[in-house]
Amino acid sequence: MIICSVYYIILQLFKNKQERTGHLRINNRVISYLACKKAINNNKRMKVGLFIPCYINQLYPQVGIATLELLEKLGVDVYYPKNQTCCGQPLGNSGYEEDSKGACRLFVENFKSYDYIVGPSGSCIYHVKKHFDILEQTQDVINVRNNAYELCEFIVKILGRTDLGASFPHKVGLHKSCHGLRGLKLGSCSEVMGDHYSTEEDLLNNVKGLELMSLNRKDECCGFGGTFSVFEEAISTKMGKDRINDHIDSNVEVITGADHSCLMHLEGLINRNKQPLKVMHIAEILNSQTQV
Amino acid sequence: MNHAKKAEIFNKDEAKVNWHDKALWYVREKRDNSAHKVQGWEYLRELGSAIKANVLSNLDEYLIQFETNAQKNGIKVHWASNAEEHNNIINSILEKHNAKKVVKSKSMLTEECHLNPFLEKKGIEVIDTDLGERIVQLAKEPPSHIVLPAIHKKKEEVDVLFQEHLGTKPSQGNPEYLVSEARKHLRNKFLNADVAITGVNFAPADTGGVVVCTNEGNADMGVHLAKVHIACMGIEKIIPKEKHLGVFLRLLARSATGQPITTYSSHFNKPDEGKEMHIVIVDNGRTEQLGREDFRASLHCIRCGACMNTCPIYRRSGGHSYDYAIPGPIGSILSPGKDLKKHSSLPFASTLCGSCSNVCPVKINIHEQLYKWRQVIVKEQKQPIVKKSVLKIAGVVLSKPKLYGFAGKSARFVLKHAPRFMIYNKLNAWGKARDLPEVKNENFDEWYKKRNKNG
Repeated sequence: MIICSVYYIILQLFKNKQERTGHLRINNRVISYLACKKAINNNKRMKVGLFIPCYINQLYPQVGIATLELLEKLGVDVYYPKNQTCCGQPLGNSGYEEDSKGACRLFVENFKSYDYIVGPSGSCIYHVKKHFDILEQTQDVINVRNNAYELCEFIVKILGRTDLGASFPHKVGLHKSCHGLRGLKLGSCSEVMGDHYSTEEDLLNNVKGLELMSLNRKDECCGFGGTFSVFEEAISTKMGKDRINDHIDSNVEVITGADHSCLMHLEGLINRNKQPLKVMHIAEILNSQTQV
Repeated sequence: MNHAKKAEIFNKDEAKVNWHDKALWYVREKRDNSAHKVQGWEYLRELGSAIKANVLSNLDEYLIQFETNAQKNGIKVHWASNAEEHNNIINSILEKHNAKKVVKSKSMLTEECHLNPFLEKKGIEVIDTDLGERIVQLAKEPPSHIVLPAIHKKKEEVDVLFQEHLGTKPSQGNPEYLVSEARKHLRNKFLNADVAITGVNFAPADTGGVVVCTNEGNADMGVHLAKVHIACMGIEKIIPKEKHLGVFLRLLARSATGQPITTYSSHFNKPDEGKEMHIVIVDNGRTEQLGREDFRASLHCIRCGACMNTCPIYRRSGGHSYDYAIPGPIGSILSPGKDLKKHSSLPFASTLCGSCSNVCPVKINIHEQLYKWRQVIVKEQKQPIVKKSVLKIAGVVLSKPKLYGFAGKSARFVLKHAPRFMIYNKLNAWGKARDLPEVKNENFDEWYKKRNKNG
């Protein structure tokens, strides 16, 4: 307690100095102060490492931004480790698991010191949890695999929140990505007998003004499948077209989901065919403050 | 020709693809509805899987027990280590009885062993008596589905086929008319058959008999009329006890077609008086598969076809695109074990969506095995040079953050500034039917750095 207080005072001075010079940086010391304060309040300290998958980093920065802002809004101490590349999934799914070990090791190195690793992509998180078995199972690897969470799951299961105060007055269709659904079990699958549940629906149903549309085929694959989208181009695009038509037939305005790779594939088709649909990652909707 | 090329050809007729997809999705929905009516469906799957795992771990003992009991009942048991031996054993039985006419009910094993062409070469008439199988036999095609062999054919196509081969009148694909004509045609074949061949769905070790499930009663009709019955089974068809049928018969029909039970579940436990019954037990690569730890569970399969009906790729590429006796997801994990080179494109004919594993009544981890076969294939088979180079280089780049940063920047630069013809061309399969994402001015890394500076 005393140590924390001293630390707080030092940091406060440091912060003031920075503010005076107009160059405040959210550096590690400030963040650890916040974590320290939280530890005093909650008796525990939660450090979350933000994992931004490679294709989101390069092509969809707005999804990464929405994820970070959303987590911060929810009061989480988020750190973004530098030197992130990729979870290795494109290689593993193509049969080049051996060649992905470097990327996997780097991932563990980047995220080993966090309590939770949170990323806006079900399939990448699934890859970390499921396929990092190719690495030697050191305590670091085991921790990283256990503590990796897809964004929605983290919000609902770990933070215990479903109403995030967002509003988004549109007709929305939810694309339940296979790796999130059947891999991470973010929701019940249409093939499996049991009670219905859905992590993403829990969150979307609490968004003000949002109307979640019911689809004909609730959880059919969109046909992205990583390199499948290129090497089985004909089937991949046919599957995507069929998914999009299901959303259009259900009067959807915006397709969303917890995996932007599927959405990238669907968006590619929608844009090419000039269809009246928008594609947004679920983080963007949950972070949305559109007035109803 | 690999799966992707065959699938591309199948997709030239989009209306037919839509029809094929809907027909199979309908069966998948029937399966869902019927499984929903069973309390403890998931538990039943657990049981089915566990019993099969027990069978595979004790196969040697169960097979001997099965043989002993079968022989006690007066059944002649034969062992075949491969397709050739299987075919020769059947031929020798036919020769012994001077048999020239054979009726055969559905058996994927005889498809796998290419029995029909083998016997036909020897001047023997083999008639497939399952209606769907008879249709594809007349069309000189292999079945495209293990439960619905002619699912790729529309009724209008069957009409034309029957006109040509059975002399029927044009009926614009009237199903009642076509079925009644097929029945007349097959009845004649049943009455004159010397030998009836059947497949086997389950072989309880404690009875030494075999159980054959059909909807048309064609197995019974064949066996009851012919003097000799030959039942062909893979070694994995064994179940420990007859009472376990209570698990498997409930799982099989619901998974296959959504029926609570097949119309006929026929128990053949011993030959009729004055008749002969043979069982041919076939390995044909199964023990090898049993020895592959990652893939042995593929031998749980009870051939319900549910993984085909649910597979979004199968539904849109058709069974023939797999070019193997057993198509679809299960065929894609069985076939590489038989001929890795020939079938090396099949484990890649999947998005790894996992729906197959979810519907499988004996809980085969199909999509996980597909992933594992991919690793084996890349190691053991020569890979296309472009694909290999790209992925190998990617492996290096993704392990080095600076290199990755540079590569990401360059790629975004090219995507943003290169003229359209340079990006959208034959080399870019993605861009054939899809636009590439619009490139933003900065990536997340750059945004984050900036934010921290300004924050």
